[in-house]
Amino acid sequence: MSTEMTPQEIKEQKPYLDWGLTQKEYEYISEKLLGRLPNYTETGLFSVMWSEHCSYKKSKPALRLFPNKNERVLQGPGEGAGIVDIGDNQAVVFKAESHNHPSAVEPYEGAATGVGGILRDIFSMGARPIASLDSLHFGEINQARTKYLINEVVAGIGGYGNCMGIPTVAGETTFDECYTGNPLVNAMSVGLMDQKDMQKGRAVGVGNAVMYVGAKTGRDGIHGATFASADFADDRETQRSAVQVGDPFMEKLLMEACLELTSAHAEWLVGIQDMGAAGIVSSSCEMASKAKSGMELTLDYVPQRESNMSAYEIMLSESQERMLLCVRKGHEEDVKAIFKDYDLEAVVIGRVTEGHRYLLKHQGKIVTDIPVSSLTDDVLEEPSEQKIPQHIIDAENSSNWKPQIDNPTEVLNRILQQATIASKESFTQTYDSQVRTSTVVGPGSDAGVIRVRGTKKALAMTTDGNGRFVYLNPEIGGKIAVIEACANIISSGGLPLAMTDCLNYGDPNDPEVYWELYQSVKGMTAACNVFNTPVISGNVSLYNENNGKAIFPTPMVGMVGLIKNVAYTIPSFVQAEGDIIYLIGETKADYSGSELQKMLTGNISGSLNDVDLIEISNNMQKLLSAMQQGYVASCHDLSEGGLAVALAETTFKTDLGLSVKMALNSAELFSETPGRFVVTVSPDKKESFEKVMEGNIKEIGQVTKTPQLKMKLSDNEIEVAVEEMQQLWEEAIPCLMKSKD
Amino acid sequence: MKFAVIVFPGSNCDIDLYEALHTVCHADVQYVSHKEKTLAGFDAVMIPGGFSYGDYLRCGAIARFANIMPAIIEFANAGKPVFGTCNGFQILTEAGLLPGALKQNNSLKFVCKTVALEVNNKTMFTAKYQDHEIINLPIAHADGSYYADEEVLNELEENNQIAFRYAKENPNGSLHNIAGITNERGNVLGMMPHPERAVEALLGNEDGLRLFKSILLGSQVTGEMR
Repeated sequence: MSTEMTPQEIKEQKPYLDWGLTQKEYEYISEKLLGRLPNYTETGLFSVMWSEHCSYKKSKPALRLFPNKNERVLQGPGEGAGIVDIGDNQAVVFKAESHNHPSAVEPYEGAATGVGGILRDIFSMGARPIASLDSLHFGEINQARTKYLINEVVAGIGGYGNCMGIPTVAGETTFDECYTGNPLVNAMSVGLMDQKDMQKGRAVGVGNAVMYVGAKTGRDGIHGATFASADFADDRETQRSAVQVGDPFMEKLLMEACLELTSAHAEWLVGIQDMGAAGIVSSSCEMASKAKSGMELTLDYVPQRESNMSAYEIMLSESQERMLLCVRKGHEEDVKAIFKDYDLEAVVIGRVTEGHRYLLKHQGKIVTDIPVSSLTDDVLEEPSEQKIPQHIIDAENSSNWKPQIDNPTEVLNRILQQATIASKESFTQTYDSQVRTSTVVGPGSDAGVIRVRGTKKALAMTTDGNGRFVYLNPEIGGKIAVIEACANIISSGGLPLAMTDCLNYGDPNDPEVYWELYQSVKGMTAACNVFNTPVISGNVSLYNENNGKAIFPTPMVGMVGLIKNVAYTIPSFVQAEGDIIYLIGETKADYSGSELQKMLTGNISGSLNDVDLIEISNNMQKLLSAMQQGYVASCHDLSEGGLAVALAETTFKTDLGLSVKMALNSAELFSETPGRFVVTVSPDKKESFEKVMEGNIKEIGQVTKTPQLKMKLSDNEIEVAVEEMQQLWEEAIPCLMKSKD
Repeated sequence: MKFAVIVFPGSNCDIDLYEALHTVCHADVQYVSHKEKTLAGFDAVMIPGGFSYGDYLRCGAIARFANIMPAIIEFANAGKPVFGTCNGFQILTEAGLLPGALKQNNSLKFVCKTVALEVNNKTMFTAKYQDHEIINLPIAHADGSYYADEEVLNELEENNQIAFRYAKENPNGSLHNIAGITNERGNVLGMMPHPERAVEALLGNEDGLRLFKSILLGSQVTGEMR
């Protein structure tokens, strides 16, 4: 465009600083990579491709710690999503992605397009999405703005997923002040495929066509990736144009067309990739880079929904519901015919070329001519400084807070009404959790469970993130995040297979934030190695700050497990009167970062006790074995609110109650020692169950016909009607959402 | 008996209907694209839930102009069974095969949960239920509030056309607690709940199974079903 700055003007006026490129990076590109000044379009391409969102330049040193292979992994990180073998020549495909910044600015569309983006990642691998999950973290429900964010984010997730016909089956929602201006909206999608249908995002074979399919390109979302890689100031209202708008109907058509292509006509297809962050540029240059190919695109052929779009705008647009295909030469018309059947456009916009050039033409001119690898592989990795935050040093040098509880019944009633613990049904009920009629366990349990049609198998899935623990000790908190996800999978009778993540942190240029990132990845890695759950995909979201204050470091773990026989899917609530209740795992004085501490002191503080990963893993393996032999009637893992909340939850929505007697005191009842479970076992399975568990258990009571919760503690007693507690737990969030502030 | 499951762009419960009939009921069933113009060879038409054409306009308002619709109307007018659930119900009202309309839920929100329904067993779709039996079926919709004017409502009551009523709570504001109705002749049923989601013990509910069994039974008996 005639109004664009010349290379010389770019050098002088430095617009790239606003687009996220540093001076050092710009000079490196000009002097070392190109040997000339980049033009306007090229500068734009570098600024998005070198953003953290696309390049992981900051987080790479940490990400390298993660294990990403084991005997089951078919595809690790680097593609649209990771793939794991589940037997019978089938595979499960999954990934999580954050849409934090868009959701802070325009919560409905931000959340909706987050779901849309992650679904495209799944079907770009040749898999049909079978379930969605989410992990949401908001500020306290005491401000109108927060209520608005919650309502809109929840509506956006439902609006997109419901229309697509993908059930939303599990997730988590927590509340802490640190997320007030910067909510975390992480979406995960799980897909199922025959291994023969596996696709990759690569563009290989000189002369093969690069085809654009799906929605037209508009000016929406330009610089979305860069936007995700910068922190918020209060001018976020002015950043609205960077948020994309979703069209789930278009995506439903696109999904069906792509799946028809990948399952029935794979021989026409060389590669396929979602156009996500950084739109055409990232998908095309990544596809070329992975195959070590060159690529030439003519941007005039890109279907456009607005007039007079510049090359810069076409390349950087993040319009939704678009995919890029590499199609074998000669099959262009065949592919067009498939998409035509769904009333979708499929257009050849370029070809794979010899060599390694990335050549873009627009209106008869060459607008970009650079090596492919300069965008994808040559990113300057900068070592980041690390520093232990002062609050952690201080905590290690002082004693931890210890609760004093005189009235455990009152504390239990109150803790059940804390937003993080209370029932999320008012949100999850707005998601279609049953469409595709394979949902064995829906929202509100430890994990969602989806059966695999035509087999005895089922898949258990969960998302977990607890920023409080990671804030107090990133390494131990990282371990706990993985333990919690494994515990949720185990509770439903599944063997944890692998995990995905969203790493949500503050500004990595802050040495304390970077230290948190590195240490928590170290902790997660240690746990992944013990549990044999490699990290097969994931996403990094940095710069989660509001006016200079970072969020709690919040790595979200998304995990999928395999249930060998769906008949042994374990419910999380009690099943029959007379069943024996066991507690698995030691209870220690773990109050730092607990819900109890937050409720009673208004804050979290202190240091964390380390966890024994081996012992927890051993317990989990034995428990799973007992489940697979049919000895376990129900199982619920202990998390926020500890044993007290877990026991209460196992009775909700049943007609039953329970009576337990323990050597624990009132405070210990609320301790949050990780890796513990409450299990119920039918009396006739008692002996077999105890034999499998080898004494690593404590019998604490039994399920009663009377719907009452009776607990005899070492220092007190609780006796309360299940109905009364359930009502408090159910009504807390609707009540908070309605209250005027 | 051969079933057609109609697939509109944006239908997403088509697979659920198909599997309920094929895998659970072992019935002969085939998907039929919205682009087709004939239903020759079929004995029953099943219109699935979902978001036809995105439901960006009024739900079902565009689907009624699809190529297949004249064939469906002809099929219904010939007295053959036509069933629509959720978006299918909305499409049937838009197409004029059923009276009334489905408005936005009075909560203004999508709602997915299991609700109690009272069954009227004097229709060809519900013959296998007890009369006034209370069953539980899932709902999953944002626009399920049944509305019709007083005259139509009276006709529905008098002609015994109300096949299902919400029994305990009314989840969407439907008049007369209506969850599902037939046409006057009794061969077209539209309902917001999803019987196809409740046909297997594994998924926790089999209360919808008898609806499909009733349709299958209908093909075996002769004479007026209603």
